Amino acid sequence: MRGPGFLESIEAACPGAVVGSQLEAIDPWIEIAPARIADVCQWLKTAGEPRFDALQCITAVDWFEPDPKKAAKVTWQPHLEMVYHLWSTPARASLVLKVKLPRWSGDVAGHLPELPSVTGVWRTADWHEREVYDLSGVMFTGHPDLRRILCPEDWVGYPLRKDYEMPLDYHGIRGR
Amino acid sequence: MSNLIDDDPRIIEFDVRTDEMLVNMGPQHPSTHGVLRLVLRTDGEIVSETEPHIGYLHRCAEKIGENVSPRQWIPYTDRLDYLAAMNMNLGWALTVEKLMRHEVGEKARHLRVLIAELNRVASHLVGMGAYGLDLGTFSPFLYAFREREKILDLFEEACGARLTYSYLTVGGATADLPPGWLQKCEAFLDQFEPIIKEYHALLTTNAIFVKRTAGIGVLSRDMAIDYGCSGPVLRGSGVDQDMRRDGESIYTGMYDGYAFEVAVQKDGRYPRDHTYPSVPKEAVLGDCWHRFFVRMLEVVQSMDLIRQAIDRYAACREPLGEPLKLAEKLPVGDAYLETEAPKGQMGFYIIGNGTSIPWRVRARSSSFSNLSVTHELCRGCLIADVPAIVGSLDIVMGEIDR
Repeated sequence: MRGPGFLESIEAACPGAVVGSQLEAIDPWIEIAPARIADVCQWLKTAGEPRFDALQCITAVDWFEPDPKKAAKVTWQPHLEMVYHLWSTPARASLVLKVKLPRWSGDVAGHLPELPSVTGVWRTADWHEREVYDLSGVMFTGHPDLRRILCPEDWVGYPLRKDYEMPLDYHGIRGR
Repeated sequence: MSNLIDDDPRIIEFDVRTDEMLVNMGPQHPSTHGVLRLVLRTDGEIVSETEPHIGYLHRCAEKIGENVSPRQWIPYTDRLDYLAAMNMNLGWALTVEKLMRHEVGEKARHLRVLIAELNRVASHLVGMGAYGLDLGTFSPFLYAFREREKILDLFEEACGARLTYSYLTVGGATADLPPGWLQKCEAFLDQFEPIIKEYHALLTTNAIFVKRTAGIGVLSRDMAIDYGCSGPVLRGSGVDQDMRRDGESIYTGMYDGYAFEVAVQKDGRYPRDHTYPSVPKEAVLGDCWHRFFVRMLEVVQSMDLIRQAIDRYAACREPLGEPLKLAEKLPVGDAYLETEAPKGQMGFYIIGNGTSIPWRVRARSSSFSNLSVTHELCRGCLIADVPAIVGSLDIVMGEIDR
């Protein structure tokens, strides 16, 4: 993480965007409000110090325990977590942003949660967001071409969700 | 000036506009390096739009990672970039070690440098040889595979496998090098060193090769960073970045005390350029030729690192140490690490939740981001240049589709 004033500088540029942080972790991270992620990224790339000019990776993590016995013991509420790994080429430094999303929009199964796309900030995000949409089921608003990238276009379901079940049949090919 | 315009085949093509045609290249096309399908929108010989279709090799590697322990996932990392499996093993092992705050001993550290750099040479040899094939010359492929074979023999002696090694693992390596291995490795280096000249004669300075690659597929510095390109593709565009020097301390610490210069053009010069053929005047920074040349320089750089590693490894008297237990419990938390694999920056992300099985595993592939610039590079090029451009990115589909 940058100097102590770094969090404050984000807060000053994008008021209300920072909703939490964990600076003691192995990779310290900042939690951003879902609606503000694109603004914060735009600021980090063009105005922040140092400039985070590269996006390394976008990951979606499904925090959901399908086993009811184990689910009774977990300390977190089911949710989706987006993790953005940023990189600054001039400063050779990294930054981690996290965003918490509901698993389904409005808690209706099948309604994908929405998040502003960062494609306009880094072009890397184009394929990475398509992959997250394909495998984890997140709808990126403002993405120019959001369709499946690794799975076939007619695939059903989001394989990296913890409650995903392998289809029994795909065009006559037997699964499981 | 008017002569120049008349001679440019593209201008003639645009003069006589024909119907647009969709041309399907792949997924079994020999020049697509695996199962990559490119859909080209063409007007005569000019490509106006390129769309890569990927996913033919998708096998849910990340989902599998959520069901096995980190050491059990090592064989799956072999199958990401199967031409540089040692580097994949290393990237994943270091990520898990970062999460567990574990540090390997001196001997394991030098062994890792030695093995990883040797695999980098092997990977660049395939990249070079296959690039020759893409451009229609067969001999460099044979010259490259002849030498790569010797590296595979060395690996086979060290770990028993020739392609998917699972050798470097969490907490060290599965076994120490057999007696006499270092001498064989040195003998290989001595024999390989003079052969580099042959490669430069076959490709780097070859007039046809230069015509096919110089000034073709120019990737600007800003575009390379914006698309998340890494490795030789990024350095070929003049960005001075190498994770072995600029990465996180757990990775750069491995190369502590090693002397190497990042293969990138600075002020119009490559490091140690007096020892290589000069850059042809047609070449533009960021074109296919420069990406290829950076790889060639890295072969020599890696050989230099191997020699240094051999000396240091031989000086270590203590035993190698045991790798971590198969079902070692992972702490709660997450860790992300990017390492400099031959194809670019390979990132791994792991989330531990107190059990021996990770909650989430993520592989950030360098080829995935490198391939995503294809549509920019191929805009307005000739169909025959598409294999030249895609080949210069040196992609491996196993890593892209995961």
